This record gives sequence, C-alpha cells and structure tokens, in this order.
Amino acid sequence: MKYVSEYRNAETAGRYAEAIAAAVTGPWKIMEICGGQTHSIVKYGIDRLLPDELTLIHGPGCPVCVTPVEMVDQAVRLASMEGIVFCSFGDMLRVPGSTDDLMGVKSGGGDVRVVYSPMDAVAIAENNPDREVVFFAVGFETTAPVTAAAVLQAERLGLGNFSMLVAHVLVPPAMELILSGKENVVDGFLAAGHVCTVMGYREYEPMAEKYGVPIVVTGFEPLDILEGILMCVRQLERGTTSVENQYVRVVTRDGNVTAMDMIRRVFQVTDRKWRGLGTIPDSGLKLRKRYAAFDAGRKFGVGGHSVEESESCMAGSVLMGRIKPGECPAFGTECTPERPLGAPMVSAEGACAAYYRYRPYGNPGGESA
Amino acid sequence: MNNEAALPLECPIPISEYPRVTMAHGGGGRLMNDLVEGMMKKAFSNPALLAGHDGAVLDVPDGRQAFTTDSHVVTPIFFPGGDIGTLSVYGTVNDLAMCGARALWLSAGFIIEEGFPMEDLWKVVSSMAKAARKTGVEIVTGDTKVVDRGKGDGIYVNTAGIGVIREGVFVAPSMVRSGDAVVLSGDLGRHGVAIMAEREGIRFGTPVVSDLAPLGDVVLDLMNAGLEIHCMRDLTRGGLAGALNEIAGTADVTFSIEEELVKVTDAVAAACELLGFDPLYMPNEGRFVLVLPADEARKAVEVMRKHETCVYAGIIGRVSPREHVGVVMKSRIGSWRVVDMLSGEQLPRIC
Repeated sequence: MKYVSEYRNAETAGRYAEAIAAAVTGPWKIMEICGGQTHSIVKYGIDRLLPDELTLIHGPGCPVCVTPVEMVDQAVRLASMEGIVFCSFGDMLRVPGSTDDLMGVKSGGGDVRVVYSPMDAVAIAENNPDREVVFFAVGFETTAPVTAAAVLQAERLGLGNFSMLVAHVLVPPAMELILSGKENVVDGFLAAGHVCTVMGYREYEPMAEKYGVPIVVTGFEPLDILEGILMCVRQLERGTTSVENQYVRVVTRDGNVTAMDMIRRVFQVTDRKWRGLGTIPDSGLKLRKRYAAFDAGRKFGVGGHSVEESESCMAGSVLMGRIKPGECPAFGTECTPERPLGAPMVSAEGACAAYYRYRPYGNPGGESA
Repeated sequence: MNNEAALPLECPIPISEYPRVTMAHGGGGRLMNDLVEGMMKKAFSNPALLAGHDGAVLDVPDGRQAFTTDSHVVTPIFFPGGDIGTLSVYGTVNDLAMCGARALWLSAGFIIEEGFPMEDLWKVVSSMAKAARKTGVEIVTGDTKVVDRGKGDGIYVNTAGIGVIREGVFVAPSMVRSGDAVVLSGDLGRHGVAIMAEREGIRFGTPVVSDLAPLGDVVLDLMNAGLEIHCMRDLTRGGLAGALNEIAGTADVTFSIEEELVKVTDAVAAACELLGFDPLYMPNEGRFVLVLPADEARKAVEVMRKHETCVYAGIIGRVSPREHVGVVMKSRIGSWRVVDMLSGEQLPRIC
C-alpha cells in the first residue's frame, strides 16, 4: 500500500536496528508518548530488534485509557437517559466506569452510536431535531480541532439539541509531570507525531532544555519509530538535548495554525484528572463560557462525584515507566481486556492491553525471536 | 447445476396487493399460504418441498453425514457482492464443505419484520434459489414467521444443512499434526470492509466487493486430487485469527504464520488503516484455511488457484507442537508476535 508499506520494509528495519546497536553504549530508557506508537512497537515487535542496553517505556499517551472513571460514569448516565443519542468513538465503549460501560448501556436499550468524527454527531443532531445528541469528546490535541469544528458547525446551524462531554487532554503537562518526578527514569522522549501535526513542537523546546532530555517528534510506522529511536540514541550518546523532528513528512515546527486557532476559540485550558496519574494542572480542555450551551455535563446536570481507583492496579507505575505491564501482579489474572482494572488495559492502545494481546506469555516464536 | 433461467424474473405473487409484509403473512392463514405457495415453493421448487409434508422426507445415502446450522442477521441486507439470501445458502454449504461433505439439502427459516418490503423479500428468496442451484443443493423445508415492527432488523434467515461425506474422508481439527502446512485460499477482509463501507457510507475509488463465494467445488477438486486433507475451516466472523486459534485450541498445536505471505488487497488494507481494524480479524465469506502434510501443500495451492475465488491461494505457515499460545506471526519487519482471539467485537480505534 502506497505511503504505508514503504515504512514497513524488513530490510531497512534491519539496517536501522544495526545502526542503533552500533550507536548505543550506555543503558538508556526512552519513552514513547503515544499509544499509537506503543501499539506499533508491540504489534511489529520493534523492541525485540533493539539491543539490551536500550529500554522502551510506554507512556501515558492513550486518551481512551486516561479518561477518568468519573467522566466515564457521566457518559454512562447521559447515555442511559431517555431521549438521548449518545455518540462516541468505538474504543470508548468498553471502558469501564464504576458500575457499567457504554456497551452495557447499549445492550440495556440505550441509544449509543459509534461515530468516526464529531461531525457525524452534528449530522445526527441536525437530522433528529426531536432528540438530544451528546458527543463524547475524547482525545489529545490531535482530535481537539475537529471537536472544536463540530461546536462551531452546531452553532452555525443553530442546533439546540447538540452538546458534548469534553474529556480532551494535553500531552506536554503529562510529560512535565513525568520529568519533574523524583523517581523519573526517562532519559529521552519520542513525542507523538499526530499531536505535533496539530501543535507543532515549539512548546517542547523549553522542556528539553529545562530537564535536559532529547525529544524526537516521531511517526507511527515501524521505520518511523526505529528512526526516531536512532535519533534519540545519537543525542543521548552525544549528550545533546534538543527537539528534533523525525516525522518531517507531516510535522512542522509551527504546527497547523488554523487548527490551533480553532482549539483556542472554543476551548480553554483547565486542570484534569488522568486515570492512573491523578489530577495534572492545566492538562485538559473545557468549553469556553461562550459555548457553555454545548456543555452536556451542565445541560443535563451530571458530574460532581469522585471515584477511588482500584488499589491492586499499578497503572500509575506503568504509565510513568517504573514497571513493565507484566510486572504488575494483577496483569493477566485479575486484570484482562475483558475486565480491566486500570487505564492501560482498557484500550488496544494501552500498554497493558498491547502486551496482553501480543505477548501474553513473553517471547513468541522461539529461537527466531 | 447452473440453471438460473428456470427461475421467474418477476415475483410470482402480486406484490402490488401487499407491497409490505404484514403480520398476517406469518399468521397461518390464507395470506401466509399465498406467500409460501406463491413465492417460496415456486422459487425453491423440488419434489421433497412440493410434497407438502410437515417436514421433508429424504432418501439418505449410506455412510457418514455432516449436519450444520447458521443464522444470518447481516446489516445491510444488500451489499456489494451479495445479499443475505446468497449468504445464507453459501454460508451453510461452505460449513458442510469444510467438514469434507457435499451439501445435499437445506432448510430455510425466515423471521421477517412487519413492514419489510415484499419486493426485497422476493429478491432475497430468489438469491437463495439461485445460490442453491449454483451449489447443487435443494431447499427442502422451511418456516416463515413475522414479528412486530421494531422487533426485528428487516429480515433474519436461518439455514440448516445436511451433506454427505465420501468414504475414507476424515477431516477434523483433531487430525492436525505438527509439521503440517497451512494454506490460505485467498486475500483477507473483503466481506468485512464491504459491509463496513456500506454501513458507514465510506466510498472507495473502486468499491470493495464482498468475497462471498461457494467453496464446495474447490473442496471437491482438492479431494479428487487425492490430497490428505487434515482440516479445513472457513474464515467467517473471527477472521483468520479466530479460525486458527479455534483449530489450535482443539488440536493442541501452535500455528506459526508469516504476515508477508498473508494476502490483503490495497483497498482492504487502506480501509483497515483508516478505520483502525486489523485484516486478520476481518470477516470473510468465501475464504478458508487448509491444513495438510507439508509435502502436499504446493499441489493443493496449484489445485486451488484454478478456481476464480482462490487465485491468491498460498502457503502462509506451519504447525508446530503447542507452546503457550495458539497462533504466532512473523511481522513484516521480522519480529514475532502473538495473534490472539478478539476479546469481543473489533472496535474502531480513536487514532
């Protein structure tokens, strides 16, 4: 497939792996931020091509996983209400709240629909003026512009029956939380290519300088990730700490200015609780006052409660890179994708779910692995 | 067996009188009788059905028989490459073929939602009749029920089928041996993508058409070629990953396959990338895996490629003694990973 298969070439992958092995001397820990990257790494076995001195740590970059239980509970309550059409991205449906998930609401008769874009939800609202349509706005900076566009479109159309539950989160504050922690083990970052497609990478420059870590904006295909790792390793070996861009075919330093303007027009930054990590200051987006009419939480009076997360779940340590998924005692026993205890087991992009799916028993393939 | 000309092009019952199915069409009275006699019996016409008993009375040949059933609930009912009628016949005929059996008879159970267009019902019934003729199977008994509006999804069709297994043939997961080869009959995922595209209103430059196809003929040729077939399975809902995991579980073996050898068309690969799906888990309706001794695999591929539905047939892996998991795959970049069963249905990913 054009523009994809070129980035999955075994021969080139082998050459990158050799170059990485040749460049590495010290033990380095590199964190890939985005869940999409974690998925590729585990799916293609990229970490198996790397030398022992190099450890990949899977970061908190799965927006589905980090959506707090409280927000899922609000979604469940909204979706259960008479007359509401609740629209969500597919992988939010199985995320457990404290008592139920959206899949359960659907099977109990709730009108829960999977959409591919918030614009689909706007269209449903337009075509069903007698129904209330709520969109579950989940995602990082990547999906925020489209959510903003949906609000603006709904306003333009004068739709009084469209609203959203906003769970958007921002990547840099989470990276900062990890770096500023006393127990930080991360030596370098692969920044999330899609987030940077929207936001550019200027905002990472002060962080790289302040904490003395190299940050490489990286794509999602196997060769992107291998090249990103190589660039990061070379910086670590040289002792440099700059922001570099591997994903040049998509990302620019300034990002997509129009998309950023849209986000700023519709949303404002707010504190947000992350599943597994707790509340991170200035790490979420909420609707500006001008667009408060589109706030489903306010419109239908849901929210305001707090939920304790499972004690046996070590999601926080996994997301901070202190342990690998398999090192959690609940992994694969008490906690499985069918009955997840914590964030990273929830979505296919979560580190625990990716490990469970692709390597539940360690090393497949025997001698060839 | 291809005798499509015998089928009336127009519905034999006057659709204009009842353009939509009513509760009375399932009520056991005159209207139901008109529907069964006028539409179903005319389309499916065969002596066992026309005998008009409560059930079909059949002369069963000696030897072992295979018996299977499948319910079809597809949305949309009509999709690129087929419809629920064709699917309901091929699906059951294919399940029998996978047992090494030649399908002889089917039953057809219809659950129709009140208000379903009579013309669409006729399209479904005539598709079933055509598919039956094409595969040499007779629909010898049936049932029609109508449910209240809102309590069905247009139409559901259940078929059950009986087939005969020729002497000396023993095809089953338990026959799979370490050292066997795994052959895949064609490219993956077209049915799933065709259905998803129709549901989601996604348009491709060239539309993706379902791979829906009968597999009886190719299986017959494989058996006639004297190959020692250990196991066959058609790849339906759980896709290739589901089928291999099921067989591995029963046979207590591990399958090692290579991603590079698994054919996926560009259109299907692109759609899966876009929607966040994995072709290994996408449903198919005209594909199967064949497990047989490694030294016979090339001959099997040769036989299969002579059939239009199997032009992309090829060896994709091998069987080894059980090691923890049922299926492992060598990725395109040369590393190995586990191919597990899905925990539920495949859900589109956010990014």
